[in-house]
Amino acid sequence: MTTEQNKKPKFNKNTFFRVIRLLFKYYPVLVPLTALCIVFSAAVSSIPSLFVQRVLQAVDTALKTGDLNWDTIKTSIFPTVLLLACLYVLSVIFITLHTQLMAYITQGFLCKLRRGMFEHMQDLPIRFFDTNKHGDIMSYYTNDIDALRQLVSQSLPQLLQSAVIVLTVFFIMLWFSVWMTLIILVGVSAMILVSRKIGGGSSKYFVRRQISIGKTEAFVQEMMNGQRVIKVFCHEEAAINDFDKINEVLYDDTFKANAYANSLGPIINNIGNVLYVLCATASGVFLISGISNVSISGLAFSISILVPFLNMTKQFTGNLNNLTQQMNAIIMGLAGAQRVFSLMDEEPERDDGYVSLVNCTVDENGNILESEKQTGKWAWRHPHGDGSVTYTPLQGDVRLFDVDFGYEEGKTVLHGVSVYAEPGQKVAFVGATGAGKTTITNLINRFYDIADGKIRYDGININKIKKSDLRRSLGIVLQDTNLFTGTVMENIRYGRLDATDEECMQAAKLAGADDFITRLPEGYMTELNSNGANLSQGQRQLIAIARAAVANPPVMILDEATSSIDTRTEAIVQRGMDKLMEGRTVFVIAHRLSTIMNSDVIMVLDHGRIIERGSHEKLLSDKGVYYQLYTGVFELE
Amino acid sequence: MIKKLLACIREYKRPTILTLIFITGEVIIEALIPFITADLVNKVQQGAELKGVVQTGIILLIMAVISLICGGSAGFTCAKASAGFAKNLRRDMFRKIQTYSFKNIDKFSSSSLVTRMTTDVANVQMAYMMLIRMAIRAPLLLTFSIVMAYVMGGALATSFVVIIPFLVFGLLLVARNAMPAFRRVFKKYDRLNESIEENVRGMRVVKGFSRQEYEKEKFAFAAETIREDFTRAERIVALNTPLMQICVYFNMLFVLFIGSKLIITSGGSVINVGDITAMLTYGMQILMQLMMLSMIYVTLTMSSESIKRIVEILDEKSTLTDPENPITTISDGSIDFCDVSFKYSERAERYALSNVNLHIDSGMTVGILGTTGSGKSTIVQLIPRLYDASVGKVMVGKKDVRQYDLEALRNQVAMVLQKNVLFSGTIRDNLKWGNPDATDAEILKACELSQALEFINSFPEGLDTMIEQGGTNVSGGQKQRLCIARALLKKPKILILDDSTSAVDTKTDMLIRRGFKQYIPETTKIIIAQRVASVQDADMIIVMNNGEMAAVGDHESLMKNCDIYREIYIQQTNGGSINDD
Repeated sequence: MTTEQNKKPKFNKNTFFRVIRLLFKYYPVLVPLTALCIVFSAAVSSIPSLFVQRVLQAVDTALKTGDLNWDTIKTSIFPTVLLLACLYVLSVIFITLHTQLMAYITQGFLCKLRRGMFEHMQDLPIRFFDTNKHGDIMSYYTNDIDALRQLVSQSLPQLLQSAVIVLTVFFIMLWFSVWMTLIILVGVSAMILVSRKIGGGSSKYFVRRQISIGKTEAFVQEMMNGQRVIKVFCHEEAAINDFDKINEVLYDDTFKANAYANSLGPIINNIGNVLYVLCATASGVFLISGISNVSISGLAFSISILVPFLNMTKQFTGNLNNLTQQMNAIIMGLAGAQRVFSLMDEEPERDDGYVSLVNCTVDENGNILESEKQTGKWAWRHPHGDGSVTYTPLQGDVRLFDVDFGYEEGKTVLHGVSVYAEPGQKVAFVGATGAGKTTITNLINRFYDIADGKIRYDGININKIKKSDLRRSLGIVLQDTNLFTGTVMENIRYGRLDATDEECMQAAKLAGADDFITRLPEGYMTELNSNGANLSQGQRQLIAIARAAVANPPVMILDEATSSIDTRTEAIVQRGMDKLMEGRTVFVIAHRLSTIMNSDVIMVLDHGRIIERGSHEKLLSDKGVYYQLYTGVFELE
Repeated sequence: MIKKLLACIREYKRPTILTLIFITGEVIIEALIPFITADLVNKVQQGAELKGVVQTGIILLIMAVISLICGGSAGFTCAKASAGFAKNLRRDMFRKIQTYSFKNIDKFSSSSLVTRMTTDVANVQMAYMMLIRMAIRAPLLLTFSIVMAYVMGGALATSFVVIIPFLVFGLLLVARNAMPAFRRVFKKYDRLNESIEENVRGMRVVKGFSRQEYEKEKFAFAAETIREDFTRAERIVALNTPLMQICVYFNMLFVLFIGSKLIITSGGSVINVGDITAMLTYGMQILMQLMMLSMIYVTLTMSSESIKRIVEILDEKSTLTDPENPITTISDGSIDFCDVSFKYSERAERYALSNVNLHIDSGMTVGILGTTGSGKSTIVQLIPRLYDASVGKVMVGKKDVRQYDLEALRNQVAMVLQKNVLFSGTIRDNLKWGNPDATDAEILKACELSQALEFINSFPEGLDTMIEQGGTNVSGGQKQRLCIARALLKKPKILILDDSTSAVDTKTDMLIRRGFKQYIPETTKIIIAQRVASVQDADMIIVMNNGEMAAVGDHESLMKNCDIYREIYIQQTNGGSINDD
């Protein structure tokens, strides 16, 4: 085990105050109100011993003096009981109020956090999603939010409540008797010592158990994924033996971790019992031997003090126990909060672009005029420093000049790449995995920013164009099709939100998807879930193409869009693609050379450099790398 | 259902019973302590001797220590029992899953199997731990406390007659209203998380179409709905606290006021000041235990879903069984399909494979071509009996596959699956799956045949190179070649490659096939491929279409007679010729 895994989680003050600040920021009235309610009801629940003492004193005196008239005693104790009853009624009201408020605040807080996280996440650069595991990102929304929920709804209120009770009870105890309080303090120190000791051992095993759970999960996952291979190789026995070993370790760690944790409660509880007994005996001894009492109240030691005192012992130890147990939950909650904050603190994607895409009309003289209405014609609106504005028609002319780029600083993966794509041209990239094909497309839509060189769209440096407008002018179809939960129609409309049903269907027809969609049980209204699991790979891809088609951008990027489809299905998809590509500037990345042979220019990439460029015929006659790829001498994995 | 689950406790019955005993001991003492304390207080009040007081004190102390030991031990045995129970559950589930046939495996997704073996088992473990600790403690302590309260307090205990029904009714009402509300919310919550996951995965699409604002709005709506539902559910549960407090307060006032009256009117003979302490303690205990019972109720109902999912695994019966007197030797590698039709599920309308009649001689090389979904993989899966034919029979070595011992059959019919998997471990570990006793010489020979030797030798660690989970540190082509080597090590009579060279370049592909011809001529070889080039020189090529054999023949005859074949061929070579040598 590494030292990091052995490290005990610590209480993080900064995160703690940040959570509190956020709570106050979101609910500036309700949070202090709730806190007040908690303090009041906690105080009320710790003072009955004062009342009990007064009532019992009256009873005790009556018994001693033999004056056993209930009516006279009743009149003397009734006001006390009534006052207590009133306090109780108030307390119940406050408790109801703060528990209801807490439910409201917790969920509101979590909802705001969730939304904040999600909205912030939408603004993060693609780099964040490329460098973080998706499972880890999801864990912010599930595990960490759950930990925070525990923190806000339970731990924080209980912390306040227990703290108030422990304090008030402590003062009441001093009020009654200093000697007895000392006895309790000694017992409590023992309790804290034991819980520290056991708690320490337990947290060590909990870390081990967590590691064990991870290992078991990884093993089970691997075996379940490879279950078919296990069957084919009759490897069941060996798999069972391996699993038994891992399972045994997990059992051992779980057993030890839980044994510690389980024993802690009863042990603390029973130390409380011992304390209770000690108090009872000691006070008995005090009373009988007549040791003089020292107390704030100046009350003498009597049976009427003893009874409430014993009750307070339970209350004191119980709440102290509660406090120590909440500490673990608080530390876990803060760890969750810290991770949530780390996501919120991630630097969002910057956008300094000021050139925007606008609808336009062209007058008889060929001048471009901006239009409020949908005209179907688009132009780049380019404001200049002197206040003047120029308009450039949207055409789809994309040029890269000597572009260098590296995902990490100092590790350049693209070297001096220049590509000129005129409107309507089809440019293909070929090369081994890691040669830099996808990287180039990542730069054109500014998922990543180039290190050196220049990229121009319709003659405008893309750094000057608003990112959302730049991306709107570029359509993408990726190898991994990502569809969203919703109907087929909604998925197609994702390309252009104001597209009518007819336009969506038109796009589907263009992509060649209409045929299978209409055969789905609900046609265009068929609900897709789990990324369209009920569709085949090819069908998903067709929907993705229709989605890009409805957006109708002048430039398309097709990144391995057909690579996981078999050649016959590809032929169908290809027809859709060909339709889609008509009249547009297209960048194609493909594994299969048959897909790109008819491109205007083919770029062969190797280790981030363009090593060959030209048409299919030219490259074949050159008998270079492309020729070797084409004839199958090279492997493209 | 529960019975099936509890059968997995086995050797952990002992700690379970010990837990129950320890807890009973702890409870008895815990219930007696206030009783004896009251006695002590009364003694003091009546001015007893110091000696008597100390004596009772020591008895009480011993009791508390015993209770401490019992409680601590119970925590220990209970951890053992629950962790052991969980271990046995996982063990039984894993064993059961190993007996599953392909058909069974199809039923459960692998991620669902993982969740069942981890999260669901953890839920049951928690519930079991709670059950054996609390299920006896709570009712026992409850009964004890009520009895003791009556014994001591007499009329004072009538307050419980009011409180208990009130609290029980209240708690049940809360639990019954809250649980369905929570279930509904959790479903929505799952969906919300799914949609977050969609966004994380599809961020390139979201950003590519500049849909961030749209997604934010969509999410805000979903998040707000969930917040409303969650708040409603939590507010119901939040009622538990004031409910409980009302009872505690009521008991306090009742005991204080009526108790005083009783003491005064009876002159301290029916009930005494010391008894008041006990009544208050018992009152607290009774209420706490009722609260516990309602928590047990909620936990158990919440875990019933997990129990159901676990039992589903344990109850699933393998659809394939060994015959009574299995044949363990396979005479040769000939294969026959007699009127074979097959569908994956009985409820499926269409056959995935229909009316296949086919004879393959031992030692032949057979190629299979066709689009996805045409039945290529289906047809070969019937040979090692990964599935049973729905109609007709499949024969290997002139005998029905259902007559063979499954292990013997699969050892002779090696199959390289389309979705292939390497396991974490060294290359050597992985290859030894084919034959655990294989020597390095044999392993290297197999690698040479599958054209894997060259790249293995290029790794500094050679055969000892570690493969990461899922084989992510080797390329697709390398992975496929290792998988072929693994199958070759079985020295099978029949070798099936299900699209196993798709990521391998054409030249290597050809070298592999040439090696087969040269070194394992007796083995029947069936090759499913996308590339015509991979099957072109086979003795027999089968073209599959819509679950039927569209055509059978060699390359020349198919080029002449089969449109589909010709179409695929022309498409892949684009009219030109492929340089295969």
